[in-house]
Amino acid sequence: MVAVTGSMPPSPASEQRAPRSPSAIIMRRILTSWQGQFGVVVLAVVVALGLLAPWIAPYSPTDIDPEAFSMPPSAAHWFGTDEIGRDVLSRVLHGATVSLQVVVFAIGLALVVGSVLGLISGWLGGRWDALIMRVMDAFLAFPLLVLALSIVAVLGPDLMNAMLAIAITKMPGFARLVRAEVLSLREVDYVVAAQAAGASPWRILSRHIWPNVSGNVIVYGSLSASQALITESALSFLGLGVQPPTPSWGYMVATGIQFYQSWWMSFFPGLAIFLTVLALNFLGDAVRDAFDARLGDRND
Amino acid sequence: MLSYLGRKLIQMLPVAFFVTVIVFSLTNLLPGDPTVTILGEQATPEQRAAVRVEYGLDQPAPIRYVTWLARVAQGEFGRSLRTREDVGAMLAARIPVTLQLGFLSILIAVTIGVPAGILAARYRGGLIDVAASFVAMSSMAVPYFWMGVLLIMLFSLQLGWLPPSGHVRFFDDPAQNMKLMVMPALTIGTAFAALVMRQTRASMLQVLSMDYVRTARAKGLNEGLVLIRHALRNALIPIITVIGLQVGALLGGAVVTETVFALPGLGRMLVDGIFQRDFPVIQGAILFIVIAVFLVNLLTDMLYRILDPRVET
Repeated sequence: MVAVTGSMPPSPASEQRAPRSPSAIIMRRILTSWQGQFGVVVLAVVVALGLLAPWIAPYSPTDIDPEAFSMPPSAAHWFGTDEIGRDVLSRVLHGATVSLQVVVFAIGLALVVGSVLGLISGWLGGRWDALIMRVMDAFLAFPLLVLALSIVAVLGPDLMNAMLAIAITKMPGFARLVRAEVLSLREVDYVVAAQAAGASPWRILSRHIWPNVSGNVIVYGSLSASQALITESALSFLGLGVQPPTPSWGYMVATGIQFYQSWWMSFFPGLAIFLTVLALNFLGDAVRDAFDARLGDRND
Repeated sequence: MLSYLGRKLIQMLPVAFFVTVIVFSLTNLLPGDPTVTILGEQATPEQRAAVRVEYGLDQPAPIRYVTWLARVAQGEFGRSLRTREDVGAMLAARIPVTLQLGFLSILIAVTIGVPAGILAARYRGGLIDVAASFVAMSSMAVPYFWMGVLLIMLFSLQLGWLPPSGHVRFFDDPAQNMKLMVMPALTIGTAFAALVMRQTRASMLQVLSMDYVRTARAKGLNEGLVLIRHALRNALIPIITVIGLQVGALLGGAVVTETVFALPGLGRMLVDGIFQRDFPVIQGAILFIVIAVFLVNLLTDMLYRILDPRVET
C-alpha cells in the first residue's frame, strides 16, 4: 500500500486512500493471493533469467565441447552437458525466452483475432454468426495438440508456425466467449440507448460492449497460457517447433530421451517446463479470482 | 431421446462439413510435391504425370474434395504413399494399441482420482484436502513427455522393474504387454487423475451439503455408507461427464506418450505420417481421431441425459 505523500495540509480527505483505478484493484488482488505471488515471482525469475541468459549463462548454448560429452552435473557444468558437450544449464537459460515468446504471441494473436470474430458474430448475428461459429466449432472438434500438429505439418516446422498453430487452436475459445457476452449485452439498456441515440456500431462495440467483455477475455487468456506452453513444448518435443540448434526445452527433453543414462539431459529442461507451467497455472487462477470471473476450469 | 439424438446430429452437420474441409485442406496444402514422396527424386516427368492421374492430383481441389469425401464415406481411406499399405488396415492395426492405452489410463485416473476426491471433500480444508489439491495442481503441470521420462528413470533405470519402451500385442504375450503398457498408462493416467480428483471433490462437496445427506447421517447411518451410497452415486454424473469430455485431450496426450514409449498407436501413426509427408495416412489418422472424439462426446451427452432424468431431452 502506498501512503499518500505530498505537501497537502492534513485534512480528513487526505487520510483516505486515493481512489484506485479498477486495474490497480485487480493488480492488488492478484498480488495479495499466494497463488498470484507464486506465479508472479516464478515467472519474473524465469523471464529475468531468460533475458539475461546471454550475460549470465556460463557457456554459449550452441558451443560444442569435444572434451565434455554427456558429463554429469558438476561444479563446471551445474546441469551437466549433453551428448555433444553443450552446457545444459546455458541451454535451459536460453530456452526460456523462446518458449515464453511463443506463449505471449500465440495467446495475444488468438485473443485479438478470436475477440474480433466474437464481436462480429455476436453483433451481426444471422448468417455471419452461423458461419463464423460453425467454423469455430469445427476447429474445436479437433483435440488441441492434434490440430496444432497438423497445422505445423502444413506450414512447416519452425518457431513462427508453432506460434501460429497454437494461436489458431486457442482462437475459437476466445471467439465463443466474446460472442456469448455480446449476445447478452446487446439487450442491456445502455446499449439499446446508445443505439437509439444513433451511435455507430463501432462506437457501441468499442465503448459500451468491449469494456464489459475484456475482463473475462483477460481471465480466459491467462488460463490458456499454461496450455499454450504445454502445446509449444510438445511441438518442440516432437521436433515440430523451434528448430535446432536454437535451444528449446521440449526439444532438449526429446534428445535426452535417447540417452537414458544421462538423466540430466532431459530432467532439467523438463523441470523448467514444469515450474513455468505451474507458475502460469497459479497466476491464471489468481487472475480469475481477482476478476471474480465464473469461467470454467482451465482444462476446457 | 431418439428425437434429441436426431436433432443433435442434424445440428452437427454443418460443423462436420467444416471439419472435413479443414482435414482436406490441411493435407492438400502440405508443402512438397506428393509425387516426390511416391516416386522419389529420380522419376521422369512422364512417370510423375501418370501418378498424378492415378491419385487424381490433376483434378482441381473442389473435385478432389468431393471424390475424397465420397471414398471416406465408404470407409476407404486410400493407401500410404510410402508403403502402399491400406490406411484402413493401418488404422485397424493401430487403434487397439491406443484403445488399450486410453482404457488403462482412465482406469488409473478413476482408481486414484475418485477416492482422493471423496476424501478431499469429506475432510475439506484438512491435510488430505490440501495435499491432494497440491499433488493435483502439480501433476497437471507436468508435460506428458517429461512424466514419461521420469517414469522411465524410476522404473527402468533405477529399479529395473520395467522395460523402457516397445510394444508386444496383448494376445501374443499378455504379461509382457502389460509390463510395457504400465508406464504409458501411468503417464496419461496420473494427469487425468488430477482432473477426476478435482471434479469428484467439487461435486461431492455440492452433494454433501444436501438435505438427504444430512438426513442419512441423522438416521445414524455409517459414514462410509453415506459417502458411497448417498453422496457418490449422485456426484458421479459430472465425474463421468468430465472423463467423456476429456477424451480429446487424452488422444492428444497419446500422440506424445506413444512417441516417448515407442508404441505403434494412432498418435504415432499421425506423427510418422507428418514427418513422411504421407497425406492419406495423416488424413486417415486425423479423421478417425475427430470422429472418435465426436462420438464419445455424443455418448457422454446421451449418458448424462439417461443418468439424470432432470435434464430435459
